[in-house]
This record gives sequence, C-alpha cells and structure tokens, in this order.
Amino acid sequence: MNIPYTVEERPDTGLANGKLGIWLFLASEVMLFGALFSTYIILRVGATEWPHGELNIPLGAINTVILISSSVTMVMAWASLKMNEWGKHRLYLLATFVLAAVFLVNKYFEYSAHFATGEGPWHSTFLAIYFTMTGLHGLHILGGMIVMAYFLGPGAKLWKTNPDQFANRIEYTGLYWHFVDLVWIFLFPVLYLL
Amino acid sequence: MHTDPAAVRKSVRLYVTIGVSLLVFTAITVMANRLHFVVPIAITVAIIIACIKGSMVASVFMHLSHEKKWIYGALLLTIVFFIFLMCIPLFTIMDTIGTPVRATPIEHAGH
Amino acid sequence: MDKSATHHPTVAHPHVEHAHEELGFWRTYVFSVDHKWIGIQYAVTGLLFLLFGFTLMMLMRWQLAYPGRPIPLIGGLFGQDKAPGGIMLPEFYNQLGAMHGTIMVFMGVVPLAVGGFGNFVLPLQIGAPDMAFPKINMMSYWAYFLGGVTMLASFFMPGGAAQSGWTSYPPLSVINQGQQTMWLIGMMFLITSSLLGSLNFITTTVQLRAKGLSWMRLPFFVWAQFVTSFLLLLAFPPLEAAGILQLMDKVAGTSFFMPSGLVVSNRIVTSMTGIAQGSVASGGGNPLLWQHLFWFLAHPEVYVLILPAMGIVSEIIANNTRKPLWGYRALVYSLVFLGFMSFIVWAHHMFMTGMGTTMSAFFQTTTMIISIPSVVILTALLMSLVGASIRFTTPMLFALAFLPMFGIGGLTGLPLGLAPSDIHLHDTYYVIGHFHYVVAPGTIFALFGGVYYWFPKATGRKMNDLLGQLHFWGSLVAINLVFFPMFIEGLAGMNRRMYDGGAQFAHTKSVLYWNVVQGYAAWALGLFQLFFIVNFFMSIKWGKAVDRNPWEATTLEWAAPSPPPHGNFLTEPIAYRAPYEYSVPGAAKDFTPQFEPERA
Repeated sequence: MNIPYTVEERPDTGLANGKLGIWLFLASEVMLFGALFSTYIILRVGATEWPHGELNIPLGAINTVILISSSVTMVMAWASLKMNEWGKHRLYLLATFVLAAVFLVNKYFEYSAHFATGEGPWHSTFLAIYFTMTGLHGLHILGGMIVMAYFLGPGAKLWKTNPDQFANRIEYTGLYWHFVDLVWIFLFPVLYLL
Repeated sequence: MHTDPAAVRKSVRLYVTIGVSLLVFTAITVMANRLHFVVPIAITVAIIIACIKGSMVASVFMHLSHEKKWIYGALLLTIVFFIFLMCIPLFTIMDTIGTPVRATPIEHAGH
Repeated sequence: MDKSATHHPTVAHPHVEHAHEELGFWRTYVFSVDHKWIGIQYAVTGLLFLLFGFTLMMLMRWQLAYPGRPIPLIGGLFGQDKAPGGIMLPEFYNQLGAMHGTIMVFMGVVPLAVGGFGNFVLPLQIGAPDMAFPKINMMSYWAYFLGGVTMLASFFMPGGAAQSGWTSYPPLSVINQGQQTMWLIGMMFLITSSLLGSLNFITTTVQLRAKGLSWMRLPFFVWAQFVTSFLLLLAFPPLEAAGILQLMDKVAGTSFFMPSGLVVSNRIVTSMTGIAQGSVASGGGNPLLWQHLFWFLAHPEVYVLILPAMGIVSEIIANNTRKPLWGYRALVYSLVFLGFMSFIVWAHHMFMTGMGTTMSAFFQTTTMIISIPSVVILTALLMSLVGASIRFTTPMLFALAFLPMFGIGGLTGLPLGLAPSDIHLHDTYYVIGHFHYVVAPGTIFALFGGVYYWFPKATGRKMNDLLGQLHFWGSLVAINLVFFPMFIEGLAGMNRRMYDGGAQFAHTKSVLYWNVVQGYAAWALGLFQLFFIVNFFMSIKWGKAVDRNPWEATTLEWAAPSPPPHGNFLTEPIAYRAPYEYSVPGAAKDFTPQFEPERA
C-alpha cells in the first residue's frame, strides 16, 4: 500500500504531504516560542530593574554569524541536490552539521561561564528566561543535528532509489533549520543587546 | 517539483546575496547597540532589524515568497493567534484592579 | 475553499505495489502503523483511562458523602501516607481531584475522541488508504502511552500525584509536595502526542481526500476533526511553553510564576521549598502568566472536547433520521467560526484574578459571541429531527440524549461567561455541574454513541442492542442525578475542591444531603457501565455478524469491508455526491451512498 502524494504533488493543492506537514509543525513551533517571548515581555515589564551587559555579546554575535552561515549552507545543500551535484550536497550538509556543532560548543562556553560564577537560572528572572529560551533553542539545534546526521549517514541511501523524495526530505530539514535560525535572529537582540 | 534545475541555479546567487546581507544586518544591529540609544528606541531599532532579517530568511531560504495557498493560509491563521498570544503581556498588566504590577518606576535606562 | 473535484495522479506510482506483506505480531498489534489499529489502540487506552478516572471520582464521592469515614473494602490498600486506617487524607483527596481532571480530559476524552475516532474514521470517511504520515501516527500513540504511564507512576512516588487541580495554578503547584514534576513531564508527552496527531489529521484531510470529495462534500465529522486539529496544533504549544517554565520553577529554582515576597505559613517563599540551590531564587515572577498561558490552551481544549462529539452526533443523527442534515453549510461555517473564536475567550476563566472592567467587558463579549455558533449547531441538529421517522437504535439514543444534555451544559455556562454572575458562582459546584454536563452526558455520551455506531465497521459485528439500551437508560438517569444536584449545591454557595464536601460551612448545611444522593447515583452509574463493558467484549466474539453497510449509511467508510483490510478500500473510492443523501425523492431505496455511481 502506498500513501499518495508522498513525493509527487497533489494537483489541486500543489503540495506534497511532507511540505504541508513540516509547515504545520513550524506553525506550532511559532506558537511555542511566541509564548516564551510573551513571557519575556511580561517578566521584563514587571521587573523593577532589568540587567544589561550580563551576556557575552561578541560570542553571541559570532553564534549569529555561525547560524546564518549554516542557513546558507543548508539551502545550498538542497540546491545542489536539485542541480544533481551529489558531492557538493554532501559537503554543504556536512558544513551545516559542523557549524551547528560549533554553535553548541560556543553555547557551552557561555553556559559554563555563568555556572562558574554561580549564576544559574535561579539567579534572576533575566537569567531564568535566558537559560530557558536558549536552552530550548539549543535542543532544537541538537534535534536538527540528529536529523542531519541521519541524512549524512543511513538516510543518504534514499538518493539512489528515490532522488525526488530525498531532495524533498532535505528541503523539509532545511525549512526546519531556517526556522531555528529565524528564532535565533530574534533571540540574539532580545537577550544579548536589549 | 516546483523548481527545475535551471531556476535553482539562478537562485543560488540570491541565496548567497541574502546570506551576506544577513551578516551585514547582524553587524548593524551590534553597532547600533554600541550607540546606547534610550531603551525604547534601542528596542524599536533592534526589533525592526530582526524583522527585516527574519523576513529575508522566511521569504528566500524558506521559499515563502512563492508558496502554495494552503501554506499561506495555515501561516496566516498562526499569525493571527500569535498576535493574540503577544497580547497576553498587555492583558496581564493593563486594567487591573488595585495597585499596578510595576512597583517602582524605572529611573533610568541601563544598570 | 477549493471546490473542484480532485484527482489521484494518473501517472503510475514509482513503487511496485507489494501484493501482501506479512507483518509479525509486534508490527501488527503493538507498533502498528495502520490507522485503524492505532485508532483502536487509542480508543481502548482512552476507555481504560476513562474507567480509571471514574474510579478516582468514586473515591472522592465517598469522601464527600461521608467525610472522615473509612473507605469500605479497599480503604486499607492505600497505605499510611494516603489513607491511614482507610480514612482519606486531604492530600490524597487533592491528588484524586487533580488526577481525575487530568486523566479525564487529557488521557480519556481527547484521546478517545480525536485519537480513537479521528484515527479510525477520518481516513475511511475521506477515502484514504491511511493517514498521511503513518509512522508519525504510531509515534503519536506511543507518546500518549508514555504520558499516561508517567501520570500513573506519579501516584506511587514519594509525595503522591500532583495535588493542585488539573489547572495546576502556581504558586501552589510549585510549592506543594506532590509529584507536580511528573505531572509536567507527563503533559509534555501528551502535548507531543497531540501535536503529532493534529498535523497528521490536517495533512491527511487536505491531501488525501478521494476523487470527487470536495470540501462541501466532506462528512461533518471530518470537518469537526479538521477544526479540532487546528485547535490542538496552535493552542497546545503555549501550554507546553508554560509547562517548561513551571518545570524550571520546580527543578531549576527559577521564579517565572513565583512573585517576590510570597508568604506561606508565615514563611517567605521565593521558589520551590525543600531544594537548596546555589543561591536563593530571585522572585519577581508572575502567577497570572500561568493562568493566561494555561487558559490560552485550555479554552480551545474545551472545544477539542466538544467538536468531535458534535461530529459523531451529526453522523448518527443523519443516519437514523434518514434525512440530510439540516443546514449543512451553516453547520460547517459555525464550526469554523467556533474554532476561531475559541482562541479569544480564554480570560473568562479569570474574572476573579483582579481583571478590570475593560478586560472583563472584552472577554465577556467574545464569550457571548461564541455561544451563537454553538446554538446554531445545536439548532440545526434539532431541526434535523423535525418530520423524520427516527430509528431509535442504541447509537441514536445516545446522540439524542447529547442534544439536551449539551444544551443544559451550554446554557448554564452563560452565567459563568458574564463577569457579574461569575463572581458569585466562581469556584462553586455550579461550575463543576456546568462543565460536567458538557463533557460527561454531553461528549462522553456522544462517544458511547460513536462506539456503538462504528463498532460494526471495526469488528464486523454489531453490539447487542438490549444491553446497549440498558446501558443508555441507566446511565442517563444516574448521570443526571450526579450532576444536576451540583447546580443546587453551587447556587447555595458550596465551594469546589473542598475535602469535606462543604461540611465545615454553615451556609451549605441545607444542601449537604445531596452529596449522599450523588454518591448513590455515582455507584449506580458505575454499575450501568458494566453493561457496556460486557457488551463490548462479548460482541467482539459473539456479536451479530454484519456486512459492510449495516446501518444503510451514505458516507465513504461504509464502502470498505468490515473490518477494512490494510489499505482500506478494495477499489479506489470516488465520491459522487454530498454526504447525507437520505430519502432522495424518486430513488429506489432511502439512502444513496456517496460512493454509488450515478445511473445513466
């Protein structure tokens, strides 16, 4: 038994199933992070004072650069599949994976600097929301890395049997990855700069 | 497939351009922070820049500039409810009975 | 909405169709990816949780009727920390209350209504071979299962289960000694489950409708599930966020919901008590934030409970009145409007939190607006009965009872939606009576009706009618005797969540005897469920065998064999007409199925 429209698009909607599925998933993610941003605003407005300069801006800026670059490599990984350049695809996907890992390493240095001074999430509402939001974002990075590792490893076999489906899967991974990047684009100024 | 190889080849240049301009905007937002605007202006500037960057990622990398109507529909619905969600802070502090939530006004911006 | 008829691709599938794959026991019955089996897994698990939640309620009713008297027979089983000498401790009562609500809503009714009926019926009704993402569907069930296990396990852990009501309001939920952490982790699993389920339902409905099945030809049940899925998809994440924040308050010593300078029992509490952190937690949080985020989910959740029930009832009513549904389009538009509005009424649960009049006015206005589409739906269903020669089958009895029961539940909600009367009624048994009328004799009756109605499709056998009638009439009388007195108690001022059922207050003395009546009624209600349980298992084996369309129904699921094989349909189903073509003038029989080709 085959499910229709897993690869090809349904004529009247113009969509394959996975495309709609991943966008619906992202829609719910928007609501998840939206609630956290909402929380941030409430805590900040209700606070008598809000700390500034507690975070390492250069490190945060570097991480922003890393994520933006990884978004470019991710979209290139998909584009090279579309242009039928398998070697380039592997390279770009691997680059995305490595950049994601570097992002997490940076995050680890940031976190450990805070914990070294005993300033964990319990220290202030600012650090509480900082750790929660970046922690959840970090989990999303980790999730993305697991998916990429799968497509670098065993998942890559699909390219041989069904290249269209494989390209679709990389596209959906990319959509997710760009969303994670998008969240960071807002997290960075909100937490580090303001 | 909605994108043939030729079209993809053309858009690769666009992806790189967008990537570079994202980096430029990142630099701008960090610079703007160095200028130490008063808090409301700083927030406005930073959020505007973030929105520009966000819409670039969404429209180009996520192909939202040309998507199918079902995806637009689902996202439109999400945005409407997202706006209600962002109203929650307003709802918790505006129009309460008794004392305001904020105990003492902030004297000056910054530490 | 797209009106054009839709087409399966005419090009050949890239894969060769495997004639028949033999799957082992585990892949067939445990980790199945077949939507029908997952639906049955969901339904049976959901029914078991309903039963479990019911037994928790029976313990509570004993305590309310006879405060301080040892629980008979099983009182000794609960141990010293819950019921020493069989006498229930207040903490145990609170656990029962919190877990009764949580289990009934998140692990009983929603999984049965959405996971069970949605999974089993929706792909069949739209003529699809399966859900769009079968593996995600399986993961959805197992996430639900893990959530259920986590919740159940919390009873046996130190401190017992969560004690702060199903709403888990902080600061109480953060500082009390129950396993609130387990509750939160369990909720994460359940939220994940419903997220995976809902995106699957939406994609399936949009993408896998059969040829000819345009939007206005969809059965009303499919519409109900479709709208419900959007509610689950977009309303649950804020609760997930709130759950993460509360989890941080519990385990990481943050103060998202903990205000500064909170004093409990003459001690200043800044964060969770008991766990020493590196430094004192900061304070400065906002307890109201939880309520906003919680009700941002939980009000749409109310409609998640009721919309699938309306869908089921519509199917049964159309089938047993042998008439098309009255005002199909009005029903669909009302449903969509209802779903949309349900997102902007949430603060009517919060009139008592110090909200000013402007906010109250806004939310009571939206609340009054949302009652309009509900009334439209109820009216259309009532109008469907006019002039019909009704077949009083067991599912129809439940569907018919749903209408007045949901009517009572809905109408008693109006005074709660208006701030002035809500301030009097808030937190009394009136509220309990109101929402139980919506969910218990409302939704759960509809779900029972659905079980009787689709049982032949799932098993190829009909359930026994006599036992069904006994189940129905007994339940109807008993359930009203449980819930109607709650209005009386509530109007007299009896508070909910009282461990002694209000015995300590002078002003409720005159209504206390109702607690005893409700106790007997609850036991009777339990006994009448035995008819259902016996009927259910007996009919699987010995029920009357039926062919594919025993109810002479018109929707697509009746085109498949009973029970449908893997892949559902033997030939590709095509929808030729609207879903409820009953008693078409000039037709040979009184039903013209969607899947029956037009005669030339």
